[in-house]
Amino acid sequence: MPYLDTLNAKFAGAFTTSAFRDNTRVLVSAEKASTVLFPLLKCLKEECGFDFLTELGGIDYLNYPNATDRFCVVYGLTNLATGERVWVKAFVNDPDPELPSAVELWKGADWMEREVYDMYGIRFAGHPDPRRILMPSEYTGHPLRKDYPLRGYGERHNFPTVTRADS
Amino acid sequence: MPLQTATPALDDVAGADAEFLYTLNFGPQHPATHTTLRLILTLDGETIVKAVPDIGYLHSGFEKLGEDLDFNQYVTIVDRMNYISPFANECAWFTTVEKLLGIEITPRCKYLRTILAELARISDHLLCVGAAALDLGALTGFLYAFNAREKIYNVMESASGQRYHPSFARVGGLMADISDDVVVLIRDFVKTFPKVHADIVRLLNRNRIFIDRTKGIGVLSKEDAISGSASGPVARASGVVRDLRKDEPYLAYGELASSFKIVCGKGGDCYNRYLVRMGEMLESWKIIHAAVENLPTGPVNVDLNDKLTIPDKNATYRSIEGLIQHFELFMWNRRWETPVEEVYGANETANGELGFYLVADGSGTAFRARTRPPSFIHFALFPLMMEGHQISDVPAVLGSLNIIAAELDR
Repeated sequence: MPYLDTLNAKFAGAFTTSAFRDNTRVLVSAEKASTVLFPLLKCLKEECGFDFLTELGGIDYLNYPNATDRFCVVYGLTNLATGERVWVKAFVNDPDPELPSAVELWKGADWMEREVYDMYGIRFAGHPDPRRILMPSEYTGHPLRKDYPLRGYGERHNFPTVTRADS
Repeated sequence: MPLQTATPALDDVAGADAEFLYTLNFGPQHPATHTTLRLILTLDGETIVKAVPDIGYLHSGFEKLGEDLDFNQYVTIVDRMNYISPFANECAWFTTVEKLLGIEITPRCKYLRTILAELARISDHLLCVGAAALDLGALTGFLYAFNAREKIYNVMESASGQRYHPSFARVGGLMADISDDVVVLIRDFVKTFPKVHADIVRLLNRNRIFIDRTKGIGVLSKEDAISGSASGPVARASGVVRDLRKDEPYLAYGELASSFKIVCGKGGDCYNRYLVRMGEMLESWKIIHAAVENLPTGPVNVDLNDKLTIPDKNATYRSIEGLIQHFELFMWNRRWETPVEEVYGANETANGELGFYLVADGSGTAFRARTRPPSFIHFALFPLMMEGHQISDVPAVLGSLNIIAAELDR
């Protein structure tokens, strides 16, 4: 794959690769993600032709078999000219999970990064509008984290109650 | 206590500090949004200076449920994402699951899924076009479109027993094979659909009012479409030539590739999106026509010995292997053995690329079932398309993007 040669020339040792079925992945470790991730994505976009951000999502690897890092953000990139896809996985850990924002490269990353922040609490440095997107702003939890319960009470107690007399 | 704004920051974002500007809340309940979403519009007279979408009113935690339900159970949730073309969502989900498990489905199942997914696409486009016309004041087009959708619901009902949320697909096949009545209904639909399509074309394509309300409205340039991750009809109307049915053929689209084309536009405005959807319906009709006349015979599920698919009732009640297999897949501590791996699978649904990023941890339940929702990504482009337009253009742009809030919020 030609893009791997380009990446190897520029970022040798900063990433590993893996593949399963038709997915090929570029993995960036938690130590290197904050410095390497943005230049790597930029290189993929501008030099390797991966001009389309197909998808951006978070994963929480708590209690996952053989997992060493807690969180991961997956960037799915597509080369519109050839149809080739590549998956960039950037790992990030507690406390204070933070990654560089990709909004500068793709406008589509805006809402998807906000969703990752909302659901996992991973912050994106340099994001132009880092608010929650689906949950209300007074919400304190991050619901898709694996230590967030599926069922139960709580959270809603914090919401202001509006009665007919007040409104 | 007086009602405080839930998100105080929004006023600052909208920039409504200049005295002549005022803020209008469009939604959460408004007939033109069709579903529950809210737009905070900053207006100068009737001109929109800034539009800030506020979503999350329907957030129901589908992705969290995906981590609790097994692959077959989750199909009922997937149905409810884009609920106007549910079968297409099922196909996308099982494409991913079957890619993970390494299942190659039978030719008959491929064709059946293709036919039903294309019917779902037509149903989605009919609702989108009909509702867009309704919002712009053309009630007749809406009624024509819904009359045809009724026929598609009838097909789904005879095939699966449910009209609205069929939940028809299963890992490695379908819930059941279809009967000949379904083929008769599909043939009937194929026979009558061109007239419905022509009726809508005659009503809208050269309609002065419709053209005035849609042409040059909500323009999305090709660069913005690519940078904003747009897919499906929205991207194709802006000139991005990408359709997963041709680019990464799945199901029977590889074999049927000669029977359909990709419809693209250049303008990227509401009218172009309308034309692309109308064109795609005819292409889908051609696919259905070709597929239903070439429907292969044979089993609809993969071989029972693979231990991956639910045995039919005959096998469950009359053979010990079938009974064991049934329990293996339904007991919560058994189910499938998956590789500890992750995989992304995507289908071209009516709204665009619907993908699932599935992380498996060895059990029969997804560790993470991330959805790539086309509506969510398209709605992020809405402020960009809306600025500088009139407030009466909001329904036109919303209708042409086909925003489905259940998919938007998941």
